[in-house]
Amino acid sequence: MSTTPPIPEHQLPESHYLNVGYGAGIKSWVLTTDHKRIALLYLASVTVFFFIGGVFATMIRIHLLTPEGALVTPETYNKLFTMHGVAMIFFFLIPSIPAVLGNFLIPIMIGAKDLAFPKINLLSWYIYVIGGCFVLYSFSTGGLDTGWTFYTPLSSIYSNSAVTPAVIGIFINGFSSILTGLNFIVTIHTMRAPGMTWFRLPLFAWAHYATSLVMILGTPVVAITLLLAGLERMFHLGFFNPAMGGDPILFQHLFWFYSHPAVYIMILPAMGVVSEIIPTFARKPIFGYSFIAASSIAIAVIGFLVWAHHLFVTGMSAYSALAFSFLSYLVAIPSAVKVFNWTATLYKGSISWDAPMLYALGFIGLFTIGGLTGLFLACLGIDMHVHDTYFVIAHFHYIMVGGAVMGYVGGLHFWWPKITGRLYSGPLAKFAAIVLFIGFNLTFFPQFILGYLGMPRRYHSYPPEFQVLNVLSTAGASILAVGYLLPMFYLIWSMRYGKIAGPNPWPATGLEWKTDSPPPTENFHVTPVVDWDPYDYRNRPDLGLVAGGTPLAPAHGDD
Amino acid sequence: MQAQLPLYPPEASNFAPQVDNLMLYLTAICVFFAGLITVAIVYFFFKYHRKHPNEVGVPIHGDMRLEATWIIIPAILSLTMFGWGAAVYVDFRHSPADTLDIYVVGKQWMWKIQQPNGVKEINELHVPVGRDVRLTLASEDVVHDFFVPAFRVKMDVVPGNNRYNTMWFRPTKPGRYHFFCSQYCGTNHALMGGWVIVMEPTDYAAWLSGSGSAGADPVTVGEKLFTEKACATCHVANGTGRAPSLNGMYGAQVLLADGTTVTADDAYIRESIVAPNARIVAGYQPLMPTFQGQLTEEQIIALTAYIKALKSQPVPANGSGVAPGSGAAAAPATEKR
Repeated sequence: MSTTPPIPEHQLPESHYLNVGYGAGIKSWVLTTDHKRIALLYLASVTVFFFIGGVFATMIRIHLLTPEGALVTPETYNKLFTMHGVAMIFFFLIPSIPAVLGNFLIPIMIGAKDLAFPKINLLSWYIYVIGGCFVLYSFSTGGLDTGWTFYTPLSSIYSNSAVTPAVIGIFINGFSSILTGLNFIVTIHTMRAPGMTWFRLPLFAWAHYATSLVMILGTPVVAITLLLAGLERMFHLGFFNPAMGGDPILFQHLFWFYSHPAVYIMILPAMGVVSEIIPTFARKPIFGYSFIAASSIAIAVIGFLVWAHHLFVTGMSAYSALAFSFLSYLVAIPSAVKVFNWTATLYKGSISWDAPMLYALGFIGLFTIGGLTGLFLACLGIDMHVHDTYFVIAHFHYIMVGGAVMGYVGGLHFWWPKITGRLYSGPLAKFAAIVLFIGFNLTFFPQFILGYLGMPRRYHSYPPEFQVLNVLSTAGASILAVGYLLPMFYLIWSMRYGKIAGPNPWPATGLEWKTDSPPPTENFHVTPVVDWDPYDYRNRPDLGLVAGGTPLAPAHGDD
Repeated sequence: MQAQLPLYPPEASNFAPQVDNLMLYLTAICVFFAGLITVAIVYFFFKYHRKHPNEVGVPIHGDMRLEATWIIIPAILSLTMFGWGAAVYVDFRHSPADTLDIYVVGKQWMWKIQQPNGVKEINELHVPVGRDVRLTLASEDVVHDFFVPAFRVKMDVVPGNNRYNTMWFRPTKPGRYHFFCSQYCGTNHALMGGWVIVMEPTDYAAWLSGSGSAGADPVTVGEKLFTEKACATCHVANGTGRAPSLNGMYGAQVLLADGTTVTADDAYIRESIVAPNARIVAGYQPLMPTFQGQLTEEQIIALTAYIKALKSQPVPANGSGVAPGSGAAAAPATEKR
């Protein structure tokens, strides 16, 4: 932390959202309508699912150490990767950044006291918990072996596992996502503080606005689709079962109509996080603000038009495959625009090497690889070889873990002082960021080669020639696990023993840094009035910095 | 080096070098851009490292020319990737005219393969080198996928009324190559694989004739079924029956009741057996019952082989579904759907 200005001794504010107004006890948490407390409820619950999914992942990697499978039976292996996918995607990745960081920050960032519908916000957490209980019930009463994609007629007719409760759980959980999206859209439209114009919004808010659009428009489709599969299973209605005149490929179309945009639900908020961290730790305005903001919306819109690129080898019409391949290339452009703009932001910056910056730069590296390998899968002539192989596994883990999870962990490090009022150990956090980056690449890069060599996904055993790369991947995963466990320890430790952070430790320019850490329940003591542009360090004497080596005019009104 | 830790599987079909070249092209472009980004980030990271705790960066808000550059150049490069990839894929989806036709039936968790002369194999596929081979894929239960890494091709095997997927390739190198099921299909998905054995044409012919497991000729089996299942009572050869004569039908254009035409290929024949009312031939009533669940995929394949053999029989003057003047100039079968 040598590059951060010497931190004056701070005190925690006397009353803040964690200690005020509710009295003690569990009731003040489970009945809260404070978006910040609900964010922490989500933080705890998505962490539970992250660890459940992580345990499954660990077992998968251990099992794949030997060609014949080292740990479990084929049935169990199939359940492990299915439950890993369901837990991680529906109950960790999709809610992680929006429901934790978004929930906490969106109102504060735009100068509001809470989200537009605080009670609905609490409702969405309860819905998440109820959905989660159904899924955990499925996991613990026979498990689930359909793959997280629930392809029919395997899921609706042939599987002997607990499909029905899982489908019901995911159906219920969808409403949580829809309500969160609705809350964000209404809040961003109607509750911005005086002076907080659309083009002064932090890019984090733009990213969440785009994400919310996808949540509202896409989630109902997957909910209905899974419900249909469930009805087919429970009551033998023939929607997808070919023996009853149904169409199994229809399921895939409907499923991916949501589940491809769902990738953008996971990655857009992470892009929002990175768009906050980079200018803060380079201490300069973000390069191409309007391009980054517009590219979020473009990704959300075009992202709805590419779903059938998951179906290139189902026998779909070659002509529609051409259309979907073309549209998939189109959606790559706004992602590339973001990467170029983030990189350009570093130019002539004043770059600190603090942990959030390392996470953000790690994100750019991993997301770039994930995004570029998406070009291979969008390419019809390559997809007919690598589809459903480990190449796909590697690609989407680079996006979802390298991208979304790096963004989430980076965001937690960036806003942790705001959320808890305390600082964690800087050197440990930097070390964890590096371990995570190295472990991640060791785990997943070999899988690109495995995939091109032809190893199909979801294999509990494999030909011996694939063993070397699998062992390498498992070795990497053990490093990756350390990278995830470390922050758990020092972040929790910091909640009690960390140094007091003060309102703006980095310092950063957003509205959330103009209030106490942790913020008061009503977020601001006085409704803020915004008269500056985002990420503007030059005209912010309140930050107490100098410009380009030249001290600014003596700060006035500095607190 | 390739032997110890290969980066790509053996190249054993006409598609393999095409896909590998495409792969190299994309890899070159992507390595260039990933390298560019990495070098820029690392360089800036050190060059602009904060020198003084209170220092701030130079306020640069953007540059339209740069934005245009990094939108237009990636867009153009993407288009080239799209175009090249599309060309390879379209080639793969249109099988050439004269192919060696092999039937592949997938079920949990095995592959049943039938050579043109009726020789049956389980989890093995023998093909001659240098010959265009077309696989017609049927599933008895869930979605499977037939994937030959050395050929760089795969296609889903989908259960359903009119879903015969087909795929084709031309083996270029004799040898033994893995094939896999690459669409997750339940418990023993990982064991649902086998070997493609590419042989010299003479070896293949010898194998085909000398194979101990030589099954009955599918045309004969089909002919027997055609009588047993009472198909022949309506589909009378001279066109006087309640259903169209099937003579000369295979591969021809058939005029349907709704005025459109359809190519009478494997998929249409299969649909007409399991869902006969889906597309009725013009001039006939929807009388035929469904045979869904009463015939196995292999029996349907045998019936198809028999109907195929009727191609050379004389077409009756009336009472056939063959559209007037259509000849057998059929569109490639793979594109019908």
